[in-house]
Amino acid sequence: MLGYYVKLAARSLRRNPGITSLMVLAIALGISVCVMMLTVYHGMSSNPIWWKNDRLYAVTLDSWDVQEPADDEHPDLPPWQLTYNDAAAVAASTIPLHQVRMVKTTAVLVPEDVAAGAQPERVMLRVTSADFFTMFDTPFLYGGGWQAAADAGPEPVIVLSREMNEKFFAGENSVGRILRWNDRAFRVTGVLDDWHPSPKFYDLNNGGFDDPEDAYVPFGWIAALELRSMGNTNCWKPESRNSYADFLNSECVWIQSWVELPDAAARASMQAFLDAYVADQRKAGRFARPDNNRLTPVDQWLADNRVVRDDNRLLVALAFAFLAVCLLNTVGLLLAKFLGNASVTGIRRALGASRRQVFLQHLTEAGLLAAAGALGGLVLAALGLLGLRALYATGSAGFRNIMHVDGWSLVMTVMLAVFAALAAGLYPAWRVGRLAPAVYLKTQ
Amino acid sequence: MLAMRHISKVFRTDLIETHALRDFSLGVDAGEFVAVTGPSGSGKTTFLNVAGLLETFDTGAYLLDGVDISGLSDDERSRLRNEKIGFIFQSFNLIPDLDIFDNVDVPLRYRRMPAAERRQRIDSALDIVGLKSRAHHLPSQLSGGQQQRVAIARAIAGDPKFLLADEPTGNLDSLMARQVMDLLEQINEMGTTIVLVTHDPELARRAQRNVQVVDGQISDYRPFAAQAAPAMAGALA
Repeated sequence: MLGYYVKLAARSLRRNPGITSLMVLAIALGISVCVMMLTVYHGMSSNPIWWKNDRLYAVTLDSWDVQEPADDEHPDLPPWQLTYNDAAAVAASTIPLHQVRMVKTTAVLVPEDVAAGAQPERVMLRVTSADFFTMFDTPFLYGGGWQAAADAGPEPVIVLSREMNEKFFAGENSVGRILRWNDRAFRVTGVLDDWHPSPKFYDLNNGGFDDPEDAYVPFGWIAALELRSMGNTNCWKPESRNSYADFLNSECVWIQSWVELPDAAARASMQAFLDAYVADQRKAGRFARPDNNRLTPVDQWLADNRVVRDDNRLLVALAFAFLAVCLLNTVGLLLAKFLGNASVTGIRRALGASRRQVFLQHLTEAGLLAAAGALGGLVLAALGLLGLRALYATGSAGFRNIMHVDGWSLVMTVMLAVFAALAAGLYPAWRVGRLAPAVYLKTQ
Repeated sequence: MLAMRHISKVFRTDLIETHALRDFSLGVDAGEFVAVTGPSGSGKTTFLNVAGLLETFDTGAYLLDGVDISGLSDDERSRLRNEKIGFIFQSFNLIPDLDIFDNVDVPLRYRRMPAAERRQRIDSALDIVGLKSRAHHLPSQLSGGQQQRVAIARAIAGDPKFLLADEPTGNLDSLMARQVMDLLEQINEMGTTIVLVTHDPELARRAQRNVQVVDGQISDYRPFAAQAAPAMAGALA
């Protein structure tokens, strides 16, 4: 019967092209706004490394002032970065399968062969541990990362982003080539393929949708070159910081620390390690606040750092409210249309159609309408997202990357279409199914 | 075929109660051609709607082809209506945007017949009413008489045991009315029971039996056929 219902529905929709267009447009507008908002919301709230959610943990310790929390709005949370020394202590643990401590900074890199046409470039640089690439599953176009020994050296090795390799080496395999930084020759060990985790979970400084860095060098270069963070450096303690050594030994938090723990036992061991470390430090007069030593998985990390803000949620709610208004209009139009055609329904009832069959026939019409609306909505959403991308053309790639119709958007569209069909069609179809056929046969 | 006993039907509004049928009893044997006559407002149409399972009744018992109607669900009543009853209306009641073939197809669709069988039945029914060549015309492209013949084809395509005709010639001129009545007689001769509701005494005279409805009651009550009596007794028990 479904085929018959679809045939009748298509015929009915063609019969009143004006009213049909109006209803399709209403559903399309409602769905497009919802798909746009949900796509952006999904992109912002998704975990870009979900497959490791039960393995990767941000390490945080509450070394803050006893008088006040690090974050007044969320006093339960410890500071979201570590001091240099605390990060070093965490790095000394042998419990994690992998671990990184890192910081974002900036540098001017000079290609060795300037005559070839490449110019010096100011780049965003991540000073990090060798495990960074393994832990975060970064894809390599050429070569790979560096050995762990290079972190301590530190050895002058560098990994480039694909974009930076295009600039310096015209996209060629640059492994073994040299870039100069601070008069030191850094040898390229690898070039990353396209990699734009969004949100940039591993470092939420300067917003969750910042671009990944242009280049990566071993962590040891922080102290060797007396580097400072290009992200946030938060200090609470009035203390002498006249020298770089003072800064490294200060209570300022500026280092991000992540560990990969393969199972619950490793996590428990690591938690015990952190608790023991803090207890030990407390004896030395640090960590005056209550124990708040955390290993936070990526999902929770994104939530704690409020990557998705309340106004994003409000926009989604408004989008659904708009869809509801569109559907309410469609309900009215459908009801008027179905009741206007009640005499034909009366004939069908007289000829043997049950209430259920009449209901299903009209629900099919609403379904077809919703499907057409969803298709239109998807096209409008794609155009809307293109518009948003154009609006954010100068912003971060991470933010732009979430603004496109993807598989998730398609799934959402199908679900919204089903919802729209039911929301718009259920009541009119039920009403027309309840009509007394004898009454409407007289009006034919 | 049709056995109604002590049927009553009241239409209620906030202020008024209208007794459309009161203590209404009628029996129609299989193969009969019965005309139901009466003045306007006498309850003829309500009888037709109750007999055709388009309306429920308040009290009494109704057996259609041996099936007790009271207590049937909407699905069951619809199935019974589809399989056992054919309707012919005064205003034809064809679906305007379906062609003749698809109009005749409607009751067969709800019976979930295979396509080949439907096609064969539609061809046969249109052949009987002489409109096979007009199968793909829209109702608006046919005359009133032709439209009523299509409605008859639709009514008989499902091979029902029972035809209910409500003023079938009311919108036709005398020549076409005669053709339609000839067709109904022909269908009755093929064994189909027909109940014709009309206010036209001329038409009523062509039926085998004529019953009069006055104030929702039938004046000519004929006892039920022997085969219906035990079931009716059970329904009334």
